[in-house]
Amino acid sequence: MPPSANFVAAADPGALVLRVEGDWLLATAAELDRRLRALDLPSGRQVTLDLAAIERLDTAGAWLLKRTDAALAARGNVVAVANVRASLAPLLDQVWTHRAGTPLPHPVPAHHTLVGFVARIGEVTLRLLRRAYSILGFGGLVVVTFVELLRHPRRLRLPALVAQMEQVGVDAMPIVGLLSFLIGVVFAYQGADQLRRFGAEIYTVNLLGIAILRELGVLLTAIIIAGRSGSAFTAQIGTMQVNEEIDALRTLGLDPIEVLVVPRVLGLALTLPLLAVYADFMGLLGGCLMSWASLGILIPTFLEQLQSAVGQWTFWVGIIKAPFFAVVISLVGCYEGFNVARSADSVGRLTTQSVVESIFIVIVADAAFSILFSMLRI
Amino acid sequence: MPSDQDDIVIRVLGVVTRFGTQTVHDGIDLAVRRGEVLGIVGGSGTGKSVLLRTIIGLQRPAAGSVEVLGHDVLRSNDAERRELDQHFGVLFQDGALFSSLTVAQNIEVPLREHCPMPEPLMDEIAATKVGLVGLPDDAGQKFPAQLSGGMRKRAGLARALALDPEILFLDEPTAGLDPIGAADFDKLIGDLKAGLGLTVVMATHDLDSLFAICDRVAVLVDKKIRVGTLAEHLRDPHPWIHAYFHGPRGRAAQASEQLPPPADPAPVAHVGHSVSS
Repeated sequence: MPPSANFVAAADPGALVLRVEGDWLLATAAELDRRLRALDLPSGRQVTLDLAAIERLDTAGAWLLKRTDAALAARGNVVAVANVRASLAPLLDQVWTHRAGTPLPHPVPAHHTLVGFVARIGEVTLRLLRRAYSILGFGGLVVVTFVELLRHPRRLRLPALVAQMEQVGVDAMPIVGLLSFLIGVVFAYQGADQLRRFGAEIYTVNLLGIAILRELGVLLTAIIIAGRSGSAFTAQIGTMQVNEEIDALRTLGLDPIEVLVVPRVLGLALTLPLLAVYADFMGLLGGCLMSWASLGILIPTFLEQLQSAVGQWTFWVGIIKAPFFAVVISLVGCYEGFNVARSADSVGRLTTQSVVESIFIVIVADAAFSILFSMLRI
Repeated sequence: MPSDQDDIVIRVLGVVTRFGTQTVHDGIDLAVRRGEVLGIVGGSGTGKSVLLRTIIGLQRPAAGSVEVLGHDVLRSNDAERRELDQHFGVLFQDGALFSSLTVAQNIEVPLREHCPMPEPLMDEIAATKVGLVGLPDDAGQKFPAQLSGGMRKRAGLARALALDPEILFLDEPTAGLDPIGAADFDKLIGDLKAGLGLTVVMATHDLDSLFAICDRVAVLVDKKIRVGTLAEHLRDPHPWIHAYFHGPRGRAAQASEQLPPPADPAPVAHVGHSVSS
């Protein structure tokens, strides 16, 4: 039966009866709400809420009854509820004993004002500075631990170091190799396309050699490793933090920096240069094959031209950056891992943050190296 | 207690659950009657939560059938499933509240999905549920991270009750609560069951809950299930069941239930001025 609420005449003149009927359920609540709001509520009268014709009732219906009751009472009516069936009483009790107040508004996110916007910029800046300071402090801690380990080399955990080198180095070879090879192919193709217009196709090799050896090989490797291993460091250490494993290490008298961070930093610092050499090789291989395929430059010609294009320093300028990038990636990765609060969602958030931060710092550092090298005229 | 066959709301027949080669359930039969509170107990790893998830339809058993309110859970299509979802509420272990939404918005998620209604009414209904589970008014505005564990459970319960379900599933409702909070929560479940006419199925480890509010108890043991009243389980000679109910904790829980209840400090204020029959 469709729900309704109507005023009907009462026996006693001056008194009013609000007769409610039908299913007062969640499903009919929207319809009921509309009708109840449309009701012309009296004031200062004797009103009886007659529930005799209610068929089914749930909490939403009970709430609407209570709201109506409160609205009538607020207008100075004397309200009585009549004909409550025994089966409905417990539910009415349950809902009516709680407050009838209007719901509190949903919180509105701040920063919608100009002042809020400026305040937010300030907050973010301060947080950034604090963070940079904190990462620097963490780096110092690792250096101190490392120096300590140099004095007692037996405490260096070789199995952990080797395991890290395998995970970050050997296991990364397929993806680093493939991507470098493809970048070499793309670079050779684009370079050849442009240089052909001047009849200078052969300089594609110079372009390729300089770009890959100086910049692309190492930068690409660093970015891949930041996404692959930097995030893994944060996730691994963060999960240990959530499980209280880090605290367990401390109570067992082990230094988490020594056990967890040093093998990762050292492992990456040793393997990233090797990976960069491998990436250089794969990039040049891709470029070489592409030059041969699209320009017809034979491999001996390619190598000859490469030798004349590439100076003594070109290769080393690229490789020398790798250990620095490695330290940045592993420090940021481990640092963010230790920052994880004891909740699962902070692992995800900080893992993302660690990747973004380490890629950012790697590229900034690369730019700084470029400036340095140009000042040194290398 | 009603025991007629018609009033069975959940019927589980011959359910077999396997994870890889490991069999967790080997032919489980269970019938839940309307209006009762059924506790599911068992040692760690006996698949209490798994059984609960199977009934809800989150886990497919290797064999057997599950019927909830006359619908076959395992063979229902999407539309039937959606319809059925509105008739039961689930409280997950830590509330499983959506962390990016406030408590009130969490409660409004199922309302928004299933019952289109004006925004102010929805807010009112959400506020009613917040009050119903015994949370303070301002809890509706808070985010789950700002609540204590006990409050999160209550908020999760409010969301489970959003659509006025007939059946309520609780997974370890009192785990992680302090004894006072746990006792309060038991009382809340009992009150809501009486007021809203709920059928409650709960997986639990808490012997106090079992003695306080459960009408019947299903014990998962040897990959099978044994269902009965507490009195029946107390007489059961099975070694695990005996150890469970007659161990030191079991005895303590029994003893506390048999003590005369302390004198009521003050009669709870009744509905107020206007409800009279």
